Amino acid sequence: MNGVDERLAQRRRLLAGAAGAGTLAALASHPVLGAPVGSTGALGFAEIPDGALSEQVLQSLPGKRPLIKKTYRPPNFETPIEYLRSVITPNDTFFVRWHLAGIPRVDAGQWRLALGGDSLQTPRTYTLDELRKDFAPVEITAVCQCSGNRRGLFVPHVAGVEWGVGAMGNAVWRGVRLKDLLNRSGLKAGAVEIVFNGADTAPLDKTPDFVKSLPVEIALDDNTLIAFAMNGQPLPPLNGFPARLVVPGWTGTYWVKAVVGINAVSTPESNFWMKTAYRLPRGRYPGYAFKSQQAETTEPITTMVTNSLITSLGFGQEVPRGKPLVVKGLAWDGGSGIDRVEVSSDGGDRWQRARLGRDLGRFSFREFEHVVPTRETGAMVVMARATSRSGQTQTDALSHNPAGYHHNVIQRLFVQVV
Amino acid sequence: MRPLMTAVLMALATGALAQEAKVQLKDGPGKDKAAVCVACHSVDYIAMNSRFMTKAGWTASINKMINAFGAPVAKDDVDALATYLADQYGVP
Repeated sequence: MNGVDERLAQRRRLLAGAAGAGTLAALASHPVLGAPVGSTGALGFAEIPDGALSEQVLQSLPGKRPLIKKTYRPPNFETPIEYLRSVITPNDTFFVRWHLAGIPRVDAGQWRLALGGDSLQTPRTYTLDELRKDFAPVEITAVCQCSGNRRGLFVPHVAGVEWGVGAMGNAVWRGVRLKDLLNRSGLKAGAVEIVFNGADTAPLDKTPDFVKSLPVEIALDDNTLIAFAMNGQPLPPLNGFPARLVVPGWTGTYWVKAVVGINAVSTPESNFWMKTAYRLPRGRYPGYAFKSQQAETTEPITTMVTNSLITSLGFGQEVPRGKPLVVKGLAWDGGSGIDRVEVSSDGGDRWQRARLGRDLGRFSFREFEHVVPTRETGAMVVMARATSRSGQTQTDALSHNPAGYHHNVIQRLFVQVV
Repeated sequence: MRPLMTAVLMALATGALAQEAKVQLKDGPGKDKAAVCVACHSVDYIAMNSRFMTKAGWTASINKMINAFGAPVAKDDVDALATYLADQYGVP
């Protein structure tokens, strides 16, 4: 076996051990050092597919630090765990996700945002300067998480971009309210959805252009923005320069990048990206009900499920006895805000409330920290469980679905007190 | 809608395409049928989705590429391509 294969085999053995209670002792000799790039086994989760793990590397894109390359074209790059240790994700480490290989290069001076559709009274077009000058600026801190974040952790695996835990980030978005644009043009009574087109294009004419829609109610929400700045800087080209949708609480698929068209329509959008892709079995998961898009057996993914990530520990890590173990991480949900994060250090029998970090708003990451004493040597199973203000929490076991969405299984990290 | 103001970001392409060229498909019967895939995406998409699909799974993926995305895969080539993908990138 080559080096990668050996590490993969070792990882599999470790994970097989993680599934059973009787093999904790075997973990002592397998510290997490040397885990392959982007290994989710190294974080106490099921491992991403072997092929994904051996294919991915740290690679720089323009304006970005080295990120975990999932695919080159279209570019899909994941944020490594070390950049998820701060509550705000820097622009140059923010994950990259494109569906179509024609990535737009937009000249801000030439860019136009066109509002129209059969349910808009006065169609009109804005330049970037007009957007900035004509409407009140708004700032909001919000998590942008790809619908498929953690897809690679699904057992059995499902096809798609095999994301680990880093297809997400939290930023301060600045822009204008979509509501203000729509109201200025006048929505007609029959408006059902607002439809968004980005400037990205597919190499083949037959490939459906990337177009997404939102319910009118969400488009008119005070928190839904057309954002042109991220953490005080213009949006990076790979994150949607010069302007993108920001739909706090909703998964990233609705955050259309490099948006150029907004249409108010009286009939539900029926393209592939709405009717076929980004769908869940109907009624299985909590979340906003996108009624105009519900089908008999499926419905679109909408808001994020409550979730957390321990960022301070590695699977199999050795910690010296007597040195308190600091369990730190992030928690987030679909927009009610985090009520509490509880930490267990005994495999889930007893839970204690972690201290929460500063509240940056109900759409933001919320940091948590809990200190666990290490009085005795031996294996310890550390877990974190977030609960939202709406009472939603994380699942003990995976709720499998064909597209690999909404993985919020509680993390189980074995550490070895030595 | 294909706005005229947009263009492929060559700055990205020059760096990333050089890297992409290093990603090679495994040799095996039917590999030539996979040449069509690169019109739309790098071939690391294939390795990334391995090895957990059966031939039926790969056939479904190919059909999705044809029916949903318009991939120009000849009907007569679907089985050979699925066999190649299942052999090289399927469940061991």
